[in-house]
Amino acid sequence: MSAEAFPSGAAAVVGAATFGIGTSPGFNSFDLAAHASIRALAQAGLTPRDVDGLAIVVMDDTMGVLNFAEYLGIHPRYVDNTRTGGSSFQLHAANAAYALAAGRCDVVLIAYGSDQRSAAGKLVSSSRPSPWESPYRPLRPISSYALAAARHMHEFGTTKRQLGEVAIAARRWAQLNPEATMRGELTMEDYLAVRMVADPFGARDCCLVTDGAAAVVMVRAERARELNPGAAYVLGAAHETTHREIAQMASLTVSGTAAAARRAFALAGVTPADIDVVELYDAFTINTILFLEEMGFCDRGAGGRFVSDGAIAPGGILPVNTNGGGLSCVHPGMYGLFTLVEASQQIMGVCEARQVAGAELAISHGNGGELSSEGVLVLGNADAATRRRKSGAG
Amino acid sequence: MHPEQEFQAFLEQGKFMLQRSRSSGAYVFYPRIAEPVTGAIDLEWVEASGRGTVYSTTVIRQKPPKTDYNLALIDLQEGPRLMSRVQSVPPVDVKIGMRVRAVIVREEDRALVVFEPAS
Repeated sequence: MSAEAFPSGAAAVVGAATFGIGTSPGFNSFDLAAHASIRALAQAGLTPRDVDGLAIVVMDDTMGVLNFAEYLGIHPRYVDNTRTGGSSFQLHAANAAYALAAGRCDVVLIAYGSDQRSAAGKLVSSSRPSPWESPYRPLRPISSYALAAARHMHEFGTTKRQLGEVAIAARRWAQLNPEATMRGELTMEDYLAVRMVADPFGARDCCLVTDGAAAVVMVRAERARELNPGAAYVLGAAHETTHREIAQMASLTVSGTAAAARRAFALAGVTPADIDVVELYDAFTINTILFLEEMGFCDRGAGGRFVSDGAIAPGGILPVNTNGGGLSCVHPGMYGLFTLVEASQQIMGVCEARQVAGAELAISHGNGGELSSEGVLVLGNADAATRRRKSGAG
Repeated sequence: MHPEQEFQAFLEQGKFMLQRSRSSGAYVFYPRIAEPVTGAIDLEWVEASGRGTVYSTTVIRQKPPKTDYNLALIDLQEGPRLMSRVQSVPPVDVKIGMRVRAVIVREEDRALVVFEPAS
């Protein structure tokens, strides 16, 4: 395989915002995305007029980037409408870093919005049904992840209570986030008492169905220093696609996250031990356990033990999903861009009650399909980016 | 070769068929026009042994009067894995590692491969 010349530290997130988390009746997906976009641009003193690179996917429009450019009234030189499900946004950010470094554009806006809770009241699928799976009435995507959880339990002895630790940690972070959808107390007893949906999952193992929007603005490093001293620099980025349908996944306990993380860490010149905060795609409780293992925060199979005793909750050893995650904060069809917003905001130091003190290095992870397509971004503050550029990377 | 149509036509005749590459000898499921990875287009239909092992399993829970049902991934003896269900035992009694055998049933006016415990 050829060596990748990723422009490490050459592009940064200078604005990162959300809008309409929870229930936002009366707005369509583009209204919501536009709200988040204008907020994110304003953080860097920019308006849509300044945007010449645009990336967006929405659940209900395969050519969404055209509609959104039109909505904003811009004629972007660079667009990205790549759809890999919930990991699309990590791919958009990686592509944007290259596009900025190559001079294809100067300001990239990456946006997402969904009105699925108000419009449909349930998860909206954007995939065609499978002739090989549909006759067996899978409850996609829940049953696919339930099969992965059952396998993890079988191979490694992971327990239902350990899945519960993930849900409870997410809820405790959500309680520190005024925007989060679910902020009520969640005890292990509550968690275990909830009705089963697809064994071993109950409702509290599954992500929320909400409305919501997110947006980030990326520019080259020179401009980032002027626009936002707290900017979050993209130090490493990698993506790995392995399958679409869960039956085609070689091992249900190894997703593409392992390979993507390995490459992203190498490009960033850091290791898991250096990371201050992890924002990963927790569509289901098993995801957090599996992805922490795969990114190297614990050994393979040890994720259930790793998350126990509040280790990833506020005050624990590793802050994970500090906004409350897809489980307790927001999950409007696709959650991937929210991990990038939260990771960026943690680097910027603007997270108030849930701020991780001194956060210099953060992970934004995205998961698409059914453990199908995984993206990992390593973000760092200005000091980390300077160190990386001086070390001769990129 | 028209993979999906031919697979279903065999199934309607009571035959659960897999594709196999003449050059590599490897089995392929779901049916397609070329062997994954190699791209070999020398696939032929061969009858599956019907023997398999449960790789993973879940119970889809429903509100009464609808009933819970099993959903499973089955590793076929020939190698490929497929989604199916294990029937003729309560859904919660289907366990990972359980040996199963294929049976063809009719559902919604089409033939379908499901599994039952071997033995």
